Formats: sequence, structure tokens, C-alpha cells
Amino acid sequence: MATEPGSGHARGAPGPGPVVALQGVTVSRGGRTLIRDLDLEIAPGEFVAVLGPNGAGKTTLLKVLLGEHRPDSGTVLVDGRAPGDRGTHLGYVPQQRAFDPGITLRGRDLVSLGIDGTRWGPGWPSRRAGKRRIVDDALTRLAAGKLADKPLGRMSGGEQQRVRVAQAIACDPCVMLCDEPLLSLDLTGQRTVASVLDHRRREHDTAVVFVTHEINPVLPMVDRIVYLVDGRHRIGTPDEVFTTEVMSELYSSPVEVLRVRGQIVVVGDTQHLVAEPWSSGHHHHDDDAAGGHDHGHGAH
Amino acid sequence: MDRLLEILGSIADTETTAYLLEQDFVLYGLAAIALLGLLSGAIGPFIVMRQMSFSVHGASELALTGAAAALLFGLNLGLGAVLGSVIAALMFGLMGSRASQRDSSIGVVMAFGLGLAVLFIHLYPGRSGTSFSLLTGQIVGVSEHGLVQMAVVAAIIVGALIVLYRPLVFSSADPEVAEARGVPVRAINMVFAVLVGLAAAQAVQVVGALLVLSLLITPAAAAAAVTSSPLRAIGLTILFAEIAAVGGMLLSLAPGVPVSVFVTTISFVIYLACRGVAAVRR
Repeated sequence: MATEPGSGHARGAPGPGPVVALQGVTVSRGGRTLIRDLDLEIAPGEFVAVLGPNGAGKTTLLKVLLGEHRPDSGTVLVDGRAPGDRGTHLGYVPQQRAFDPGITLRGRDLVSLGIDGTRWGPGWPSRRAGKRRIVDDALTRLAAGKLADKPLGRMSGGEQQRVRVAQAIACDPCVMLCDEPLLSLDLTGQRTVASVLDHRRREHDTAVVFVTHEINPVLPMVDRIVYLVDGRHRIGTPDEVFTTEVMSELYSSPVEVLRVRGQIVVVGDTQHLVAEPWSSGHHHHDDDAAGGHDHGHGAH
Repeated sequence: MDRLLEILGSIADTETTAYLLEQDFVLYGLAAIALLGLLSGAIGPFIVMRQMSFSVHGASELALTGAAAALLFGLNLGLGAVLGSVIAALMFGLMGSRASQRDSSIGVVMAFGLGLAVLFIHLYPGRSGTSFSLLTGQIVGVSEHGLVQMAVVAAIIVGALIVLYRPLVFSSADPEVAEARGVPVRAINMVFAVLVGLAAAQAVQVVGALLVLSLLITPAAAAAAVTSSPLRAIGLTILFAEIAAVGGMLLSLAPGVPVSVFVTTISFVIYLACRGVAAVRR
């Protein structure tokens, strides 16, 4: 398998230590403290979902891990280095944003940037065959082999999202940071992406940090949850975090957690809870406060 | 009208063209415009990918300001053009990373720069023909020194693009992920801005400030219409830019009109043809 360690590019030894280590991290943005005194160690192969209402700081937490946002205090280590270091084996799937329709890149070009896009020079032609194998393998895993030669600008949002995930796994990452990677994907696409991430962490010990407002599609593979609300946070397994007591405490108001057919539904009756419509048509910035904070539209 | 017919008639005047092609100054001009085609073909696809057409236009207008200032103060005209457009490109690079924000700030700087250019040209006591040629272009004035300058700039631009290739494509296509992976996106933006300034300054001296886009943008836009492979796009852009530049110069010899007339026409025709091909294919 082309993505196996030792297939050309060495990555940070996935020893027993944590891949991501946050200690006493406090983060604020626009004068508001989003995260207060967060301690979090993520082990190789661990799948961590980051949840919370809009504006709670989920994306900001990712930006801290990427080195793009400086915490007020505390230390951050990713793959044993300062965040944002060049050459860190980190796969990043940003929040979905469309490519310019006229861009002169095909699916395979974007994926191969994940392999060696940070290196200077045009690349040796002799390495092309090896690169091509990794690219084809990554795209095939995402059931996106047909997108290899399709112009990026002519892909649908869901197709672009698959290519982005393929790019992120092509760099043989030891940690993947995904910001709402299931947005704009249909049900099949969501399953494909979720199972690729699951495979990645099982077979290659890649830690996954998965920002989402919708826990149910990834519930079976989530090891731990970081739930952010209003500067408070709670870390634990889904069973520990998704209880009526914990959620009521986090939201400082009565909230009920229900389990319906293996799915988690959070119900509250306050404006404080921001319902986040979960459908491909809505961007998650739509934050009309509704009565119920619904974590699981089973129908989708 | 008669003059127009005369021009069209004299395009076919191969005797005059052949005579002119024996002259040193014409050969220098041809070599210079071929180099210009090469450098604009190399940098064009990146400009289009980064949606920087307006920056190029702004940089070339400020090359005019720089050149007009040099003319007035009796300095080297080419150097003035380079200084003007590089300073402008750097300012655009610093002003805003977001395209929407860049848009209006470029307009603001460009307007002021043009005002200054008008002032310098107004104050210039010499013939206004020289300053007019900065707007519409004139290749025939290329000296041996000018040719060397063009070669040096072409080598700098092509060399820098080769070294920067992968990180440049990465940060042009997806700046967010490129930055996350550790590509020095901001530094690359600034270096690229300088390259754009250099290219614009060279192009200004040949096709003039008003028509720089016809060599720096049109060939790349034409290539982008027919291919989405990045390397093929660069190859096609160089080819299109060379056809427009060298072809435009050859056609302009006998009629004796400014070279930009034919350069812009040829590159526009190529663009239309490529759009046509793209429309048929879909």
C-alpha cells in the first residue's frame, strides 16, 4: 500500500507518546475567552470529535493546532513540534470552500500537492511514477478514481471534498485535522469519508481530530469527545459526555439527552442552544436559534 | 479610413518587412519581444490562478508613473518603470491578502499613481511622443542595453518560478491548506508580487501600460480554457504569448504602426479560438 510507512517519506515516529499535546491552553478571540485551561493529549490512532454550538471555538481550536492562532497561555505540541512547522506530517481538511472554476488543476494535481507541495523546485520527473501510485491509491480509497483527471473547477462541492480528504491522507499524516469534512457530502460520501478516516487511524495509527456539529455519522468510531460551550469544556467518551447531567451543566440550563436507535439526540428548551441545521444545503453559520438542539436528524 | 486601408495593405508588403529584418535595431526588437513572450507565458498561468489580473494592470500603470518620473528627471527609463511597478506590486501584496479587499485598494493606489504620471508627463519638456509610447508601446527603440536588461529579467522570473513551482501552485490553489502544511504563504505572496512587478515593467516598455494585460493575462486565460493540466497550461501559455508577441511585431514592421496593435489583436483572436474549442468540447 502506497500510504504505508516507509514507502518513500519518513514520518515522525509514532512512538507511544501523544501526537497532540495541549497543556493549560487558554484561547480567546475578539475579547471573548473561547477555551479556558484545556489539557488534552491525543494518542496515535485516537479519534477525537470536537463538538459545540456555533462560535464556541471548534474551528479556533483547530487553528491553534495548525499554528495559525496563538493561545493566550499554555503549550501546544503537534507531532512533537511547535504547531505550523514545515514538514509536519499533518493532514488538514479545511471547512468547505469552493475552488475558482477556472483553476488549471485536476483532482490528481491537488492530491499530489499533499505529497510534496511544500518542497521547492518543480520535482524530479523520475519520482513521478511513485507519486502517481500514491495519488491513485488515495483517490481510489475515497471512491474518487474518476476525479483524477477531472478539472477541480468543474467538480461539485462533494467531489471537491473527497479530493481534499484524499490530499490529506496522501501525505501519510500522523494526525489529521478535519473541519466539518462531511458538509456537502451525500450519505454515501459521508460513509466513505468516515470509513477512510477510521481505516487510516486503525491501520496507520493516525490520530484524527474531527470538528463537527453532528456526532451521529461518526459516533461508532469516536473514542473521545471535546465539547466546547461558552468557554467551558468537557472531555470524555461519548457515554461520559452525552448525559443529561453533563450537558445541562455545560449549557447551564436543563437539557435532556436521548438515545434513539443508536443515535444521540440532545433536546433543550432555551434560546441559548443554537440549533445547527444539518443538511448539505445549509452552511453551519445559519444560526437561527430554535427551540430544540437537535444532534441527530436520523433521516439524513 | 484611407490610412487604415494603407496599413492593412502594407502588412503584405514582404519587401519592406524583409528589408527591416536586416536591420540591427529590428533584430534587437525581435529578440526582446521573444524574451517578453517567454517571461509573460511563464508567469501568466500563476497570475490567472491567483486572480491577480487587476494587480497586473495596477502594477503596469505604476510602471508608467515610474517611467514618466525617470523621463522627467533624466534617469534610466527602464529602471524607473521597474521601480514603479515593483513598489506598486509590493504595496498590493501588503495591503490585503483577501481578494475582495485587494480589489479596491489596488484601484485607489492606481488612480493616484496615474495622476502622478500625468503630472510628470505634463512637466516633461521634451517631445510628448516618448511619453505617449509608454502608454501604447514601442519596441523599435530597444537598444543592446535594453535587450540585456530584458534577458536578465526573463532569467530572474523563469528561474524564480522554477524554484518556487510546487509551493507556489500549492499556495495559489489552496492557501489555507498550504499554510497548514508549513508553506511560507505570505513570503511567497511577496516574492510573487515582485515578479509580477518585474514582468509588468518589462511588458510596459514593449506593449505599453494600457496593453500589458494582452501578454500577461490573455494567453494564460486562453490556455486555461482548453486545458486544466498545470504544466500543459504553462506550455500553451508560452506558445500563445510567443505567437502574439513575435507575430505581432513581424506584422507591424511594414505598416510602421505601434507593435501593440497586432500583439493585442493576435492574442485576442487566440483567446476567442480557445473559448470556441472549449465550448465545442463541452
